[in-house]
Amino acid sequence: MSNVPALSLRRRIVGLAGSGTVATLILLLFALWVVFAIAIGDRFFSVNTLQSMAFQMPELGILSLAMMLALLSGGLNLSIIATANLSGLTIAFLLTRYIPESQGLAWVGIQVFAIAAGFAVAALVGLLNGFVIAYLGVSPILATLGTMTLCKGLAIGLSRGNVISGFPEPIVFIGNGTVFGVPFALIVLAFCALPVALMLNATPFGAKVYMIGSNEKATRYSGINTRAVLLKLYVFSSLLAGVAAVVMLARFNSANAAYGESYLLVTILAAVLGGIDPFGGFGKVGGLLLALIILQVISSAFNLLNLSQFLTLAIWGGILIAVAAVPNFAGKAPR
Amino acid sequence: MPESHIASFGRFRRSHEFWLLIVILGLCASLGFANAQFLTMQNLFDLLTSYAFVGILALGLLVVLIAGGIDISFTATASVAQYVTLSLANAYGANWIGVFAIAIGIGGALGALNAIFIQKLRIPSIIVSVATLNIFYGLLIFFTGGKYIYSLPDWFATGIFWFEFEWGKDSSYGVNLQILALALAFLVTWLLLNRTNIGRQIYAMGGNTDAAQRLGFHVFGLNILVYCYMGVMAGIASLIQAQLAQSVAPTVLVGKELDVVAAVVLGGASLMGGVGSVFGTFLGLTLLAVLQNGIILLGVSSYWSPFFVGLVILISVSATAWSQRERRSQSASR
Repeated sequence: MSNVPALSLRRRIVGLAGSGTVATLILLLFALWVVFAIAIGDRFFSVNTLQSMAFQMPELGILSLAMMLALLSGGLNLSIIATANLSGLTIAFLLTRYIPESQGLAWVGIQVFAIAAGFAVAALVGLLNGFVIAYLGVSPILATLGTMTLCKGLAIGLSRGNVISGFPEPIVFIGNGTVFGVPFALIVLAFCALPVALMLNATPFGAKVYMIGSNEKATRYSGINTRAVLLKLYVFSSLLAGVAAVVMLARFNSANAAYGESYLLVTILAAVLGGIDPFGGFGKVGGLLLALIILQVISSAFNLLNLSQFLTLAIWGGILIAVAAVPNFAGKAPR
Repeated sequence: MPESHIASFGRFRRSHEFWLLIVILGLCASLGFANAQFLTMQNLFDLLTSYAFVGILALGLLVVLIAGGIDISFTATASVAQYVTLSLANAYGANWIGVFAIAIGIGGALGALNAIFIQKLRIPSIIVSVATLNIFYGLLIFFTGGKYIYSLPDWFATGIFWFEFEWGKDSSYGVNLQILALALAFLVTWLLLNRTNIGRQIYAMGGNTDAAQRLGFHVFGLNILVYCYMGVMAGIASLIQAQLAQSVAPTVLVGKELDVVAAVVLGGASLMGGVGSVFGTFLGLTLLAVLQNGIILLGVSSYWSPFFVGLVILISVSATAWSQRERRSQSASR
């Protein structure tokens, strides 16, 4: 009986937010905020805590956006971490090779060129994924499993498993600097999330992606070139992994073939928690961002409470099941 | 009846398994030609021993995929089963039957938990298993502190060595725990899927769950069975892995899910359900094993071996998809 008012409150928020998952997530975030405020006190609201949250979120956030794009089309991109590491190593190699012996305009030019080269590598991987999935008809899980192994192999082979580190000031700033107190990496995340949200909600391309995710065959028969859309989508997904690469190598001031591997399943967890349908067709960037904030709040709070990060993992899993189960208890028909 | 044989061979020739078999035979022939070490009994037994862990898990996952679900929490299930079982065996003593009973019990219980979440809360299996992977693993490391166990009971560390026989001058072979468990897992899974009524029901349910429900299948019971089977396989695989590694390392198994998924899906099982075979899984597993082993025997630097593995996976899935696409466009308009 006690949860009846909560449900009606939820329904009211559903009306305001326009989506069931988003309403659940807003309620959950609010509840977590109250619980942690009581358990931790002022420290939870300190500028330091907020800033460290804002520093930690962008990597996972950008990678989750990359995963989200593939999920929306009914696919999956398991190669995002490997792509990020491969393009990160490319950038790191170019920087450490040419930066020490350059100055002035060349010094700036090399940094821009290195990042562009990293994006080019990411785009190539995306083209390969898109071609194999859209034009050869391989299932996304198999295709991206293949490119994941391929990219990781290439990264290990070329770097011989070594860490490349020591980058110039502007690059390090991307991961560690702040603008008016806001971490620059968070701004990068915003500059990724906004165009992706616009692309999905306000362009014909976005509409086609949602349609493919709902029913690929029907979309093809309605005259849409689904192959071209999928190819582009996987290139975008890969490019986002390229952006994540820059943030990652800047934050650690180093690059390696095996960084961030534990993020792979967490990106799926974040996306699904954010209301992205794992079978495609439904999900918004806003939901994903809310999910990321929730995951980050739990992680930071547990850190302040001196609880193990592994307990955080377990709680994340529990929250995912709880949120996924809410529609059934709220009386909505399950999909 | 020769005509039906010809017909069934024709069907086989067009199947996914046939192409896989061709690739594997081609690979084996060229590897055998390039390196005399490859086609030896020693290498065969080593391969079987080291791939038993992935193989047993793959058979469990095959059943889940055929039933129309997916489970990626099995590495965490295996870690939990391994840790708890061998801690108990160290503390209270046990025998072979005891440790396998405990591991199977733990694996089955965690599998049932997955099935209950999926069926009773009506959450898609991919969401549930991503969540339970984190829950099982997170709690295991939280409670154990991630400490390794190096001292195992003597009888467990010694293992078994049956049907010993001599081959050649000074080498003897036998069936060890890993090979025995792998062979039994193949046999039982094949019997379950091909020789029992339940196996037919699992295929039917994976093909069309709604239809199966309307026909009066006990869908909840079947799902419990399928996810328990996956859990039981994870429990068994965890013990033989600990026996091979001679230690319990709670952090090394999680992260290997995708190796198992690769073997099963390479073997032709569909993530849509209703499709897949034990023979296909055997071939998928063989392809990965031969490939990784062959690259080492060819003397390729170990830094480069994942690259070639990725390349062959990509080429073989592309070729399979392409050939099936060609056939479909020949036989009918898509």
